[in-house]
Amino acid sequence: MEAYLDNSATTRVLPCVKDLMVEVMEVEYGNPSSLHKKGVEAEAQVRLARERIAKTLKVAEKNIYFTSGGTESNNMALIGAAMANRRAGMHLITSSVEHASVRQPMRFLEEQGFSVTYLPVDQMGKIRLDALEDAIREDTILISVMYVNNEMGAVEPVEEIAQMIKRKKPDILFHVDAIQAYGKYEIRPKRQGIDLLSVSGHKIHGPKGIGFLYVGDSVKIKPIVFGGGQQKDLRSGTENVPGIAGLGLAAQEMYRDHQEKVERLYRLKEALVDGVASLDGTVVNGLTGRDSAPHIVSVSFEGVRSEVLLHALEEKGIYVSSGSACSSNHPSVSSTLKSIGVARDLLDSTIRFSFGMETVMDEITYTVDTLRQLLPMLRRYRRG
Amino acid sequence: MVFQSFLIKYAEIGIKGKNRYLFEDALVKQIRHALKHVEGSFQVTKAMGRIYVNAESSYDYDELLEALKRVFGIVHICPVVQMADEGFDDLSQKIISYMDEMYPDKNLTFKVECRRSRKNYPLNSQEMNRELGGRILDAFPQMRVDVHHPQIMLKVEVREQFINVYSLDIPGPGGMPIGTNGKAMLLLSGGIDSPVAGYMIAKRGVFLDATYFHAPPYTSERAKQKVVDLARLVARYSGPIRLHIVNFTDIQLYIYDKCPHDELTIIMRRYMMRIAESIARETGALGLITGESIGQVASQTMQSLAATNEVCTMPVFRPVIGFDKQEIVELAEKIGTFETSIQPFEDCCTIFVAKHPVTKPNVNIIRASEKKLEERIDEMVKTAIETAEVVVCEP
Repeated sequence: MEAYLDNSATTRVLPCVKDLMVEVMEVEYGNPSSLHKKGVEAEAQVRLARERIAKTLKVAEKNIYFTSGGTESNNMALIGAAMANRRAGMHLITSSVEHASVRQPMRFLEEQGFSVTYLPVDQMGKIRLDALEDAIREDTILISVMYVNNEMGAVEPVEEIAQMIKRKKPDILFHVDAIQAYGKYEIRPKRQGIDLLSVSGHKIHGPKGIGFLYVGDSVKIKPIVFGGGQQKDLRSGTENVPGIAGLGLAAQEMYRDHQEKVERLYRLKEALVDGVASLDGTVVNGLTGRDSAPHIVSVSFEGVRSEVLLHALEEKGIYVSSGSACSSNHPSVSSTLKSIGVARDLLDSTIRFSFGMETVMDEITYTVDTLRQLLPMLRRYRRG
Repeated sequence: MVFQSFLIKYAEIGIKGKNRYLFEDALVKQIRHALKHVEGSFQVTKAMGRIYVNAESSYDYDELLEALKRVFGIVHICPVVQMADEGFDDLSQKIISYMDEMYPDKNLTFKVECRRSRKNYPLNSQEMNRELGGRILDAFPQMRVDVHHPQIMLKVEVREQFINVYSLDIPGPGGMPIGTNGKAMLLLSGGIDSPVAGYMIAKRGVFLDATYFHAPPYTSERAKQKVVDLARLVARYSGPIRLHIVNFTDIQLYIYDKCPHDELTIIMRRYMMRIAESIARETGALGLITGESIGQVASQTMQSLAATNEVCTMPVFRPVIGFDKQEIVELAEKIGTFETSIQPFEDCCTIFVAKHPVTKPNVNIIRASEKKLEERIDEMVKTAIETAEVVVCEP
């Protein structure tokens, strides 16, 4: 049996998405900027995708900008907005558990003279509202917080943050990295007070190499990629039409019967959390109920190194992550787990299970059974 | 200037008496092999103690040189212009244009060195040197002659069919052609040292086989892929390497169960040597190669080396034994394996490593510990050898 439980690293492309992409590559292969019919056809695909995405967020199509993925969306939001608003102030705020694609642009901006406040999170991985409020200064121009934490599935109080900003200093821009949240939550940027929202295609059963950034109407932002002036000069470069078409369709699919899909994910999560809790020497990190993301479970296994457990599970056809997969080529200790105070000896023993639309209950049962078999054997052999 | 011919110079193999042709043939074969990966068609010929590479189509100069620089046995690669003999005046004219094209900046010193294997050429070598030197000076007054330390050493060789003119000596890797010195088995880990050790032995003309010990789930698929990648990098010099991937997990866990943990590494290494030697026997390899260097880690102290060595009957070659880490790193960088070696994947030597492994193992104690394995170890070793996966690693 095979159980792919690494959907927060990436997901399989839906068959209908693949078919549409093939069609676009074979038929509507024009350059959307071309004046002739081939160009118009390709442009129609881009427009359709934009329409589909805009509907899922209840925003206008013109607010959607396609990028090469989540990393670029985050870079564009942070660097683009910081550069455009630097005269209003040079202070930025973010959390200490953000993904590298937020953390590293922040480091870059620090080199450019901005100052950045990194707020700690509580044991559940959540940012503290009062601490955030205290961190706001006269010259704060942007706050960036992730919607769902990629390592443990903590959900940040996005709406409360937006309300607090409105109350305290309404001109602060609010960026939300929704790469792990889009498709799992109904996100309403306008109603929720989100100015910039990053999304990636391959986390929602769309293709890799595509994503988008929602940019609110009044947001001042500068491009970080320069060239032919596509996408209203904000993101130059010939549009990745097959990717865009695929992303649009995947987004639509994710939000079809959305409540049911999310409910299903929560049931899978409950089954895994219960199953794992029945095993000796396991700690489920963070929240596990409806107040946490439906598709991510982080578990620490006492006395087992996560990399070894990962490969042992792999031999049984079960695919999971240790730490955050996007950066886990370097087995460094997770900053998120450290931030939430996971015990030192468990830091290197933590596995992330994450579900997608294709995950079924049998896979969860199989995984728990397999863990039950493997753990005693793996615990027998330790370093030192 | 576009060169059509390259003169390949070799040193040591020139002095091997009656075996000389064997070495030359091996070198020709290795050059042909290396050129298979270069775009274009080339003729490799052996004539009168010389090997030539002739391009028979367009080709990329840098790509060709990169390939030739990796063929052991080549000491120098000389891009050469081959001229038909149409009289001395014609030759002088052609040489002057050669100098003009090769050296746009004329503010250089030179020396002409002629040799004649065709002795009936109207001028003798001394006369040719003088006359050609004079004509070059007339053509390019900024140039000067320096017979002791010239910046340009212009060589003119009058041969039976043609005249060779060249002035570039591009260094090759030296060594001896692969296949002229039998075969040895390299114990390849994912580290920095073993690929370098393999390179050094291959450089002496030795054909390489390799063994890697894989310990899933304690070592990952990526660690294995890394070793395959390293073997392919070494294969750019050594030619194809048959990599034997041995699943070592069961043996390792068995040792862990039965033996003191501070002796784990040393006992494990003894079994690695035994297994590599058995495979070497099957493949016809006559020695083992390791990347050990005295004192680098606990398992490479003099006592540890002696303890691992005593299980082998084949000679064990340790070409980096006296090198400091930095010296090995420099070689790894030079041969292009360093970047791959430092990818951070765990290898099976470190997964169960004790906090304080023995650094001065007593062979008698180690042997006594190994006695505790008697019940199953032979069977396990046999299984490990039989189930080894073979991957042919080509550049």
